[in-house]
Amino acid sequence: MKKVTIQYFAVLKDMIGKPEEEFETNAAKVSDLFTEICEVYKMEMPQAQLRVAVNDDFCEWDALIHTGDKIVFIPPVSGG
Amino acid sequence: MDFEISDKSLEPEVYRKALEDPAYGGFVTFEGWVRDFNENKPVTHLEYEAYFALAEREALRILQEAREKFGVKKVKCVHRVGDLAIGEIAVWVGAAGVHRGEAFKACEYIIDELKVRVPIWKKEHYVDGNSGWVECHECKKHVHASHHHKH
Repeated sequence: MKKVTIQYFAVLKDMIGKPEEEFETNAAKVSDLFTEICEVYKMEMPQAQLRVAVNDDFCEWDALIHTGDKIVFIPPVSGG
Repeated sequence: MDFEISDKSLEPEVYRKALEDPAYGGFVTFEGWVRDFNENKPVTHLEYEAYFALAEREALRILQEAREKFGVKKVKCVHRVGDLAIGEIAVWVGAAGVHRGEAFKACEYIIDELKVRVPIWKKEHYVDGNSGWVECHECKKHVHASHHHKH
């Protein structure tokens, strides 16, 4: 199992009900982790609408996860 | 810092001073103001939230791109977070260059890129009591722009 921190913002934070959590996972890639989170929280959120960041920088959905990583699923942005 | 996130009212006069320089002949700024209407629904106030670490990282990249693409010398951007009333400034962009051409182009580039790339989110609160996180329509068009990020 890998221990990671996941942070949630905006609509995801509202749906999941918290800004952050420590999470244990066997997911290999961030996309697998996202699938797992959707199952845990019974959430329907198309991955195609989101971006993902690991350790405070954008990455691809097939990026590998390591213990200690901080992962953020990024809903459609609306700044400015 | 060329990019700042502030939870207090923005101060355009202060940011402008940071860009002043006798070498520059052109200075262009953009301000995003909180409107009272969106998509036919009256708005009472807005709420902005930011993923600070990545917002800063990505915004600084955008500012650097503006310098390299257009040759502007000094650029700055400040974005509000927290609750904003109608008429408040949500975002300020300034670009100063030797000539006005690069300043206009840089200013437009910065705000256009910020709106699709920087992890900041806006929630609208409506007069009817509902509220909702605004969807970035540009992002949907780009299928969330992974092409912005080639490392």
